[in-house]
Amino acid sequence: MTEKKIRVLVAKPGLDGHDRGAKVVARALRDAGMEVIYTGLRQTPEMIAEAALQEDVDAVGLSILSGAHMALAPRILDLLKTNGQGDVKVFLGGIIPDEDVPGLKAMGVTGIYGPGTSTQDIVRDVRIAVLGELAA
Amino acid sequence: MMILVQDLLAGNRLALSRLLTQVENDTPDGRSALNELFIHTGKAHLIGITGPPGVGKSSLVNQLAIHIRKQTGKIIAIIAVDPTSPFTGGAVLGDRVRMRDLAGDSGIFIRSMASRGMLGGLAHATSAITQVFDAAGFDMVLIETVGAGQAEVDIARLAHTTLVVEAPGMGDDIQAIKAGILEIADILVINKADRPGLEHTERALRGMLELAHPVRHVFQHHGRTEIVESPKDNQELLESTWIPPILKTIANDGSGVPELAESISAHAQYLTQSGDWNRRERSRLETELESLIQDTLTSQFRANLPEEKYARVMAQIIDRKLSPWEAVLALMNGRQH
Repeated sequence: MTEKKIRVLVAKPGLDGHDRGAKVVARALRDAGMEVIYTGLRQTPEMIAEAALQEDVDAVGLSILSGAHMALAPRILDLLKTNGQGDVKVFLGGIIPDEDVPGLKAMGVTGIYGPGTSTQDIVRDVRIAVLGELAA
Repeated sequence: MMILVQDLLAGNRLALSRLLTQVENDTPDGRSALNELFIHTGKAHLIGITGPPGVGKSSLVNQLAIHIRKQTGKIIAIIAVDPTSPFTGGAVLGDRVRMRDLAGDSGIFIRSMASRGMLGGLAHATSAITQVFDAAGFDMVLIETVGAGQAEVDIARLAHTTLVVEAPGMGDDIQAIKAGILEIADILVINKADRPGLEHTERALRGMLELAHPVRHVFQHHGRTEIVESPKDNQELLESTWIPPILKTIANDGSGVPELAESISAHAQYLTQSGDWNRRERSRLETELESLIQDTLTSQFRANLPEEKYARVMAQIIDRKLSPWEAVLALMNGRQH
């Protein structure tokens, strides 16, 4: 039996035109041995949920710089649940004001990362979230 | 697991996706599902698309899928294989980026696969994955991979129809085109046909084609080109020969894609009429069996071999006390050293 690979979808929902951050995270996850499906820019929540389903991912990383996270995150979480993927862990990176963090966590977002976050923290958190505490 | 298989056969996409993962990871559940599904396989048209990086394979697959969906309503699965990093074991799978036009179409299913240690080309589980899609009722499975290493051979063994995609201006065209692709290509595609260097690439491919298919002679006679013994002159020969056409496309705007779709369809027809479909099926299943026998024997052997014995023999090889061949005999006959 082959070892379990962690599959992560990295997506840019909404109208952001800038994906350097998402690509940095994608590469960091790859360097940690994960398989990263990168969707590219301007994804609708429906496209993201569809990709998550087809690729049977363990986690979804959303990169949102536009400030639309309070609208986009719940929509995506909702679609994942509707599709039977409520156990997929959702991570959010980009420009997220501190005051929005508790609300997002309450919605079900597992981790929120602003500019300057160490990619190693993200890698560690994804591993723990997907494989359990022992995986750290 | 039986429930998953039933759900899959009933059209449940989550069940399909979960099963693909089991199969990709070669779990006992995955294997038992494959056993159950095998009887439902053998109907899908498997199409391989390979070529050097950067020629536009994903964009071409995108356009091809859109066209075929519109023209025929056929249900299409796309497997996009990208290389796993040999150093980290991870991969960035970015082919979906070029296939955004296919989003929202319930007649399309895209699955990205990392090659996971296979040197270039297909992942170990790609063949099994195509079986799942076949059993799930997809009419066509498009398998896209970078033509590195053994990729072309792997794909030709798996697919019914193999497309090799090139593009102009990728360096010295004659050298850049891998020798031997003519033996596996059923259709040659020059994508990015609006780029400079098109004629050069086309001439290079045609030259190689004429060497590979000597039935068709072209020679200069007083400055004129004449064609001798072309299959077109011989109806019987025409029907029993498939000469790979060279098609030109521009994936960005869809030019040449309808002709490509037609050519793929024509090839499928040729395969059925000539009996080649059955021959290829047979050869494919033989390759599959061979590969499974090899894997099973190897892993059983390793499982029964104590770690310290292996280490001891390895140490003797390093000290030049035992040659590798003697080591194999020692390990297999259980002789003490």
